[in-house]
Amino acid sequence: MRGALTVLLTDRLILGLLVLAALVLGMPALKPLFAATFPALDRPMYEADGFLALTLDHLALAGGASLIAALLGGAAGIAVTRPFGREFRGVLDAVAAMGQTFPPVAVLAVSVPVLGFGPPPALIALTLYGLLPIVENTVAGLESVPEPVREAARGMGMGPGAMLWRVELPLAAPVILAGVRTAAVVNLGTAAIASTVGAKTLGLPIIVGLNGSNPAYVIQGAVIVAALAVVLDAGFDRLAARLTRWRPGAA
Amino acid sequence: MIAFEGVTKRFGAWTAVDDLSLSVAAGEFRVLIGPSGSGKSTVLRMMNRLIAPDAGTIRVEGEDIARLKPETLRRRMGYVIQSIGLFPHWTVERNIAAVPDLLGWPRARVRDRVTELLTLLNLDAERYRGAFPHELSGGQQQRVGVARALAAEPHILLMDEPFSALDPITRGALQAEMAAIHKATGTTIVFVTHDMDEALTLASRIAILDRGRLVQTGTPLDILTRPADDRVRDLVGREDWGLKRLAVETVAERTRPGETAPGDPLAAGASLRQALAAMVACGTDRLPVADGQGRPMGVLHLADLLRGADRA
Repeated sequence: MRGALTVLLTDRLILGLLVLAALVLGMPALKPLFAATFPALDRPMYEADGFLALTLDHLALAGGASLIAALLGGAAGIAVTRPFGREFRGVLDAVAAMGQTFPPVAVLAVSVPVLGFGPPPALIALTLYGLLPIVENTVAGLESVPEPVREAARGMGMGPGAMLWRVELPLAAPVILAGVRTAAVVNLGTAAIASTVGAKTLGLPIIVGLNGSNPAYVIQGAVIVAALAVVLDAGFDRLAARLTRWRPGAA
Repeated sequence: MIAFEGVTKRFGAWTAVDDLSLSVAAGEFRVLIGPSGSGKSTVLRMMNRLIAPDAGTIRVEGEDIARLKPETLRRRMGYVIQSIGLFPHWTVERNIAAVPDLLGWPRARVRDRVTELLTLLNLDAERYRGAFPHELSGGQQQRVGVARALAAEPHILLMDEPFSALDPITRGALQAEMAAIHKATGTTIVFVTHDMDEALTLASRIAILDRGRLVQTGTPLDILTRPADDRVRDLVGREDWGLKRLAVETVAERTRPGETAPGDPLAAGASLRQALAAMVACGTDRLPVADGQGRPMGVLHLADLLRGADRA
C-alpha cells in the first residue's frame, strides 16, 4: 500500500493529473484566497465561464489542431519519402517552413476576415503552425532508417506497404513523436492567444484579466495552462519511453 | 537451379556484368569470387531481383524471374548481407520469424522453427529469443542473420560477403557452421567473397569473376591446379599456394590402408594441411588415420602428402 502511494506521488504524470483536476474543479473554492491576496478587486474569481468547460474547449482546440497536423504532416512526410512523391519534397519543405515563419497571432489576424470570429480561424492557425515540426521530423525519422535494414527487408520479400508499417514507421516513431510533441506544446500555449479571436479557451480569463487590470483572473487561467503543459510533457515522456524500449540503454 | 544466359548490367557508362552466362546446380555451395568491381555482388543481387539486368535471362528453378513478383521470388530465397541488417526494434525471435510471418505460418510452427534455428546456429534458444539485436555481439548478430535467412526453408540461400566484417575466430566458426548447415540441409548456396581462403574452404564450386566476365569455374582443386590465367594465379596466391593446395584435399584420399603407426591419429576428414601441421608438431613423417568413429583406417606418409602437390 505504501509502495503504491510512493509510486503515485513520484509519478510526474499521475501527480500532474491530480494537480490539474484539483485546479480545474476546485478553483471556485479558492475564492477566499484570491480575495485575501487581492483585496482591491471587486470580483476576485473569474465566474463568467466554468473552468472545466474552458479547459475542455482549450484541449479540444489544441488537441484537435495537433491531431490534424499529425495526420496531414505525417501523411505528407511519408508521401515525399516514397518514390512517387520524391519530387514534391522541396515544395513541401517550403510550404511547411512558411507556415512556421508567420507568427501565430498574424495567422489568427489574417484568418479572421476570411473565416470570421470563433474557433475555425484558431483551429486553422494552430494546425498550420504544427505542420512544420511534424513534417520535418517524419521525413528525418524515415530517412534515418539504416540502409542495411532496408536492404534486408527488401531482400527477404517485404513489399512497400509491409516495409513502411513493420520497419520504417516503428523505427521512425520516436523522431516523429518528438515532432508531434513540439507541435502539441506550441499549440497548447498558442491556444490561449486564440481567445483574442473569439475561441473560448483558458486564454479568456487571462485576456479579460489583462484588459480589466485583474491579476487574479490572469493567474487563474495561467496556472491551469501550466498544469496542462506539465501533464502533456509527462505524457509524451511516457509514450516516448514505450516507443524506444528496443534501444540500447532502455529498461 | 539458377541459370544466367547472356546477362548484362550497366550502371551509367560502367558495365558491371558483361554478357555473363553461368549456372548453379541444385545443392551446390557456389562461391563467387573476384576483386572489387568484378561484378560479383551485382550478380548475386540480380538473382533475387534487387537489381534488374539490362539484357539476358535469369532462371531460378526453371522459371524466368522477370515474370515473377519480386516479393514472391525473394520469400523463396534466403538473403544474408555483410552489414547484417537485423531489425533493431524486433527481438531475435521476431527477426527470425520475419519471412514465416510474411508467409502466414501458424504461430506454433514459427516458434518451433525459431528454436530449431537458434540451436542449429549454436545460440541458446531460451536465452536469446527475447533479446534485442543491440544486446548481441557481431558474430551472434550474423548468426541470427543466417537463421533469419533460413527460416522459411528456402531452396536457395544468397550470401553477400556475410562474414567479412567479423574477427577471424568468429569468421572461422561461422564458416564451419555454414559448411555443416549446407551438408545437413542440401540448400543451394551462392556465396560472394573476396577471400580466396574462405572460397577454397567452403565451395563445392568456385566461379571467378573479373570486370563483369567469368574468368574460370571449377572445383577448388581445379582452380588451384589448373588456373586459367595469371589473374587466377594472383588470386590463389603465389607464396602460400602449396598450403592452399593441401587445404583442399582430405587425409582419407592419401591414406595407405592396413598399415599402423604410433602417435595420435588424424581424422580422415581433416585436410592435408592440418595433417602437415600435425606431422611438423610431432616431428614425424607418418601418422595413423582414424575414421569418424575412431576406428583405425591406415597411415598417412609425408611422401604421399607431397605427391602430386606440385604445380601442374
